[in-house]
Amino acid sequence: MSHDTLPRRPVRTAGPPVTAGPAHRRRHWTRRPNPLAGLGSVIWLAVVIIPIYAMITTSLTRQDDALGHNALKPPTSPTLENYDTVLHSGFGHLLANTVTVAASVVAIVLVLCVPLAYVAVRSRGLWSSAAFRLFLLGVAIPAQAVVVPLYLMIAKLNLYDSLLAIILPTAAFAMPVSVLVLTGTMRDISEELYEAMALDGASPTRMLFQLVIPMTKGGISTVVIYSALQAWNGFLFPLIFTQSDGPRVLTLGLFNYVSEFGVNIPALLASVVLSGIPIFAVYLVARRALVGGLMGVGGK
Amino acid sequence: MSSTVTTGAKGRTGKGARPSRPHTAWVLPGVLFFTFFAAAPMALAFYLSFTRWNGLGDPEPVGLENWRKLIDDPRLTQSLTVTVMLTVVSWVFQTVVSLLLGVWAAGRQRNRAVLSAVFFVPFLLSSTAISLLFYALLDPNFGIIRGDTLGTTSGAFLAIVFVGGWQFIPFHTLIYQGGARQIPEVLYQAAAIDGAGRYRQFFSITLPQLRNTATTSTVLMVVGSLTYFETVLILTQGGPGTDTAILPYLMYEAGFKSYDFGYASAVATFLVVAATVLSLLLVRLTGFGAMRSTREGM
Repeated sequence: MSHDTLPRRPVRTAGPPVTAGPAHRRRHWTRRPNPLAGLGSVIWLAVVIIPIYAMITTSLTRQDDALGHNALKPPTSPTLENYDTVLHSGFGHLLANTVTVAASVVAIVLVLCVPLAYVAVRSRGLWSSAAFRLFLLGVAIPAQAVVVPLYLMIAKLNLYDSLLAIILPTAAFAMPVSVLVLTGTMRDISEELYEAMALDGASPTRMLFQLVIPMTKGGISTVVIYSALQAWNGFLFPLIFTQSDGPRVLTLGLFNYVSEFGVNIPALLASVVLSGIPIFAVYLVARRALVGGLMGVGGK
Repeated sequence: MSSTVTTGAKGRTGKGARPSRPHTAWVLPGVLFFTFFAAAPMALAFYLSFTRWNGLGDPEPVGLENWRKLIDDPRLTQSLTVTVMLTVVSWVFQTVVSLLLGVWAAGRQRNRAVLSAVFFVPFLLSSTAISLLFYALLDPNFGIIRGDTLGTTSGAFLAIVFVGGWQFIPFHTLIYQGGARQIPEVLYQAAAIDGAGRYRQFFSITLPQLRNTATTSTVLMVVGSLTYFETVLILTQGGPGTDTAILPYLMYEAGFKSYDFGYASAVATFLVVAATVLSLLLVRLTGFGAMRSTREGM
């Protein structure tokens, strides 16, 4: 959208975000600037930036200096010693566990949700629409509401205090939104394409792999990022289903740093920064997929 | 992203083969998995609410004891009040900001694209990380806001609302941005011809056209405000006193602090019923379940 330099006013184009060509010529705008909107966006920018800025400067401040220091001023003698402290208190182990959880959750969600969404879109059966409704309602199930019975189930399955105890419920709770995103994208595949494949004698399985999955790449990458984010940021399941150091993940590690570092707020904030870096890196690389896909959630 | 390829005629044109459809059984693994780890536990919570269980051994049935206790518990009324207030105040705060930012971000100017990318950053951090960040920033001895914000009832409440908004507004902004971009351009052109100004267009076209988007966003916000659990646990521990002990926190304390899992299940069941009724009501009232297009009738 970098060629889009002329308009300075809200420009709305019909059709999906990346439609190129004709749609751009149909745009409408007024040239009057919108000072209220401009002001609002600057205020919100401050709301977003100031805490992040304070977090970074504080994490670079020596613990002794931090107490009297105004977090809004740049640190007088920046230091990385807080990061050193955090990295030497088992951060790598937490990171490895979190990566394992996130990768497993993504794999489970994809394997289960892609065929499910495909059937929900393609099959006219009563059962497939019932399944779709199950997930539509599933969006509304709060994880908090089921932790007690899940705790019982996980204890009975002998999974307590293991990574699987985090992975399985996290994957289940990432499914509803994933199914919604995938069905949304799959609905856009035209009937003609299926018919063309049918002429070649394609089975539903072949259609799934040669038509549906390639055409749903956008939705699939959204689901990958969404479920990875859910796993990465999940706190409740790790808090309740694990207790020892072995299966501890990042979020729970952060929570424990509060008692471990006590009043060492710079070290605490350094650990927060470190925990966010991997996700931020993914965001820089895959912003389009994430943002584009989530945008569609409310639009259909 | 997806390029929208719409079929002109859904009906069969006679030419071409009829594509065979996947067998319904394909949904089974997903449905079973989800039912086992999400839907069945809900039923189990209901059952457990009629038992006494301290986490060891097996739950023993005690009839209505937990429910009687729940109704008589003064913390329930307080918790319910603060949960509803938190949900409503958060909904207003988040909806107003996300709606305005979303419509603003739907514009295709370069500066808006850049700022939108920045606005999204808080959503990348975990609730835990964000709560810790504000826990540090609000620390009376240290923070950027001096004074004991979290020590007062209204301060603690507003801190939770703000922190929740800080985290989730980016996501809802995105939803509204997507919705605003789908509004057909012709509507604005027609309005402009009729002499409608910018604000008139916003209230007469943008707002009504975002109806479905607002429903989705609202359902997610209402359910989402229950996940403020982390924020409450880290920022206020339900305090001062029990002033910010929302329902999920009450459940957590009963279950995993007092090991009264039967009682915790009663609170959890109550929570599920409240959340489901609320979501169903929202879906019914707005016709969202029918997946009706906003463009119907155009």
